Amino acid sequence: MNNTEIINKIKSSFKNISIDENHSDRIISTPKEWEELSKFLRNDYDLFFDSMMCITGIDEGVDSNNLGVVYNLHSMKYNHKIEVYIPVDKKTPNIFSVEKIWRMAEWFEREIYDMYGIVFDGHSDLRRILLPDDWDGFPLRKDYEFPKTWHGIVVDKIKDGWE
Amino acid sequence: MGIKINNQNTHNSSDEEMVLNIGPQHPSTHGVLRLKTITDGEIIKKITPYIGYLHRCFEKHCENLTYEQAIPFVDRCDYIGSMNNDFGYAIAVEKLMDIQVPEKVEYIRVIVAEMNRIASHLLAVGVFGLDVGAVTPFVYCFRDRERILDLFEMLCGARLLYNYIWVGGVSHDFPVGWVEKTYEFLDYFEPKIIETNDLLTYNKIFIERTADVGVIPPEVAISYGVTGPNLRGSGVKWDLRKNETYSIYDKFDFDIPIGTGAMGTIGDCWDRYYVRIRELEESLKIVRQALDQMPRQGDIYESMPKKIRPNAGHIYSRTESPRGDLGFYIESDGSATPSRLKLRSPAFTALSCMDEISKGWMLADMLTILGSLDIVLGEIDR
Repeated sequence: MNNTEIINKIKSSFKNISIDENHSDRIISTPKEWEELSKFLRNDYDLFFDSMMCITGIDEGVDSNNLGVVYNLHSMKYNHKIEVYIPVDKKTPNIFSVEKIWRMAEWFEREIYDMYGIVFDGHSDLRRILLPDDWDGFPLRKDYEFPKTWHGIVVDKIKDGWE
Repeated sequence: MGIKINNQNTHNSSDEEMVLNIGPQHPSTHGVLRLKTITDGEIIKKITPYIGYLHRCFEKHCENLTYEQAIPFVDRCDYIGSMNNDFGYAIAVEKLMDIQVPEKVEYIRVIVAEMNRIASHLLAVGVFGLDVGAVTPFVYCFRDRERILDLFEMLCGARLLYNYIWVGGVSHDFPVGWVEKTYEFLDYFEPKIIETNDLLTYNKIFIERTADVGVIPPEVAISYGVTGPNLRGSGVKWDLRKNETYSIYDKFDFDIPIGTGAMGTIGDCWDRYYVRIRELEESLKIVRQALDQMPRQGDIYESMPKKIRPNAGHIYSRTESPRGDLGFYIESDGSATPSRLKLRSPAFTALSCMDEISKGWMLADMLTILGSLDIVLGEIDR
């Protein structure tokens, strides 16, 4: 199926999704709808997106109220692709976890939680993955402030009396 | 042959459970990786990998780097297959900016990428042998890998982290005599694969250690996003160079080797190992064809942009690195630095299925399985 057919197929079941004007292969949904939509994309006979290529977290900027998650899906059977973008509110950053549907999401969602603080509801083991467990804050957010010290170790480059 | 114990109820096992920490500093973990292993006697009950010991904030750094400055950082992610990483990154940025590179540059890129694939697979094969106790083939593999590194040193001055493939071109043209030396290497290396087969592939002890061990069923591999030789070892004929052909890979005649279960079950450690050996031959074929067809004249800097400032937008592009699908998600806001650069690492997904495939195996088999996945921790931790 080509892009238009895929999007029409999804639109026939999910009325509320919108399409990115600049990118015809990207659909935009909401965290509420994502649970139903993800199961539909995986299980529908004609779509059958059995392979999740990548899950990326993004921050829309300091001025925006949104974080976001980008899902890049691919079907090994039909060899077609779709990109799903879900904006997540910064105040309540909750989204359905697709760990049970695509197992690779287990670690990718942990990484996004680690870097952005997006909480994946239903994830079996949502811990930090790359950073130490006691790290403060979420580094890839645009408003992240770098720590001055960590466990008493000075990490700020500019120290008194240097240069 | 490894023994897998599936029946967990033969005796009350809760008394004998023990937590065993493997790593972070352990020669068999291929880097700094800690595996918290719950064992019952010698049987693995559960594995929890702890990663992040090599985390260098690659993605955070990239927010403050221009597109060309990010290339050395990309190099250092998968330090065994740097050329392939550069290649994937360059293709992603070129797609974002709509750059067409000259034919000569495409040939140069394919040649160095495939040479690097040979070097990477030689390391994977040699170290896998070392993991199961075969020390000699490791030294033989490194002898041949050394010749490739020498060729790369002649090409761009660096032996491991090349910064060679740039956006829109490459940093240097082939120096005088490089093509002849590469032909020489191809002639030298072709019989060495047979030597490796005699030493390791068909070695009785090696087969006993690896056949039937750590089987990844194809649907598990796809669900976990396992790609590259690990996926092909499970019998799935999927290679981005053929299935989603990029650059000029459609001009070459080569096969996609897949696991057949020749020594045991489809998708066992031996299959994954043998796919890599077969890929050495296929890469040799590609390099030879590319050297034959390559236009000798042409300007390599022709399509190199003076300023890299892509229009606002985003792209997800993936290429076949020696370890599998290497993806780049780049989001641009129209400035000289990317607002988001995500590297989708193939080794990251391969390691995440460790728990699933090594349950019920013995501790020694677990290290065999880890070795057969061919992970690079630099890429996992980024």
